[in-house]
Amino acid sequence: MSRPAQRRPEYHKINRDLFVLTYGALVAQLCKDYEKDEDVNQYLDKMGYGIGTRLVEDFLARSCVGRCHSYSEIADIIAQVAFKMYLGITPSVTCNNSSRNEFSLILDKNPLVEFVEELPAGRSSLCYCNLLCGIIRGALEMVHLAADVTFLQDRLKGDSVTEIGITFLKKLDEKKYRRKK
Amino acid sequence: MAIFSVYVVNKAGGLIYQLDSYAPRSEAEKTFSYPLDLLLKLHDERVLVAFGQRDGIRVGHAVLAINGIDVNGKYTADGKEMLETDTFKLHCFQTLTGIKFVVLADPRQAGIDSLLRKIYEIYSDYALKNPFYSLEMPIRCELFDQNLKLALEVAEKAGTFGPGS
Repeated sequence: MSRPAQRRPEYHKINRDLFVLTYGALVAQLCKDYEKDEDVNQYLDKMGYGIGTRLVEDFLARSCVGRCHSYSEIADIIAQVAFKMYLGITPSVTCNNSSRNEFSLILDKNPLVEFVEELPAGRSSLCYCNLLCGIIRGALEMVHLAADVTFLQDRLKGDSVTEIGITFLKKLDEKKYRRKK
Repeated sequence: MAIFSVYVVNKAGGLIYQLDSYAPRSEAEKTFSYPLDLLLKLHDERVLVAFGQRDGIRVGHAVLAINGIDVNGKYTADGKEMLETDTFKLHCFQTLTGIKFVVLADPRQAGIDSLLRKIYEIYSDYALKNPFYSLEMPIRCELFDQNLKLALEVAEKAGTFGPGS
């Protein structure tokens, strides 16, 4: 019986460059298809949402994290367990407000933008890695937490660091899934 | 088979996957007089036949009852939710996302907890990673079926010395 943290026996390492190239091709094609940066960002977020709703089960099945008791615990787990598991990086977490529902993940390295120098002219408000925001938002919604996830700072736009902001809005009602009798 | 059924229930309470596999277990009831011509030994809280063969009773068979009184003591289960009856044990594992996995098994089948986690992994792999599977809908993925049956076989072999298996 496989232990939860163990990968499947037939797991093959896939070349990371292929993944980075695939993501780049995705963003490039979206840029061709949509003129406005907001549209591209929105579609990246939507795609990420679809990925996040499925990825969360894989994450929960393999990482054995239990139920969290606070938003800061969740932010820590996203940074230290989830990012590590899927991207091999560990962003640092900071809390942005006193009511402890706004957090920032500061990404030191980001494998997705390894080969990107800067955004093209005319694409200055493109959030290149917006897929990640969608993934986090989708994953949190599946565990009944509504959250707003956006890029607060982006190295590609000239900022000093890349910062993803997670604002926990509210707990979604689990009961709404019960069938009405 | 000592695992009778596996059900997967979505968040709204709808059944999205069902696997039933009832198979007749071979049980033998014999009248013995002292001395027994079978050698019994205690193994893993179960009384098994260690040596000797007679009338369909072979090495590995477990003693279920003597003179009608059930031999096996209470089983501790560290499952998440559990319902026990005379003929089956129902184990339920609810994930943090609200999906429920229900397994009906023989009361003596061990290792259901790790089986439930394994089924969760199989669900996250072969159902969720299929891009054409919509969430919360009935699962009609062949790879999910195949791998689930494989996991059940592994669990049965590892978990119990059932009668006749």
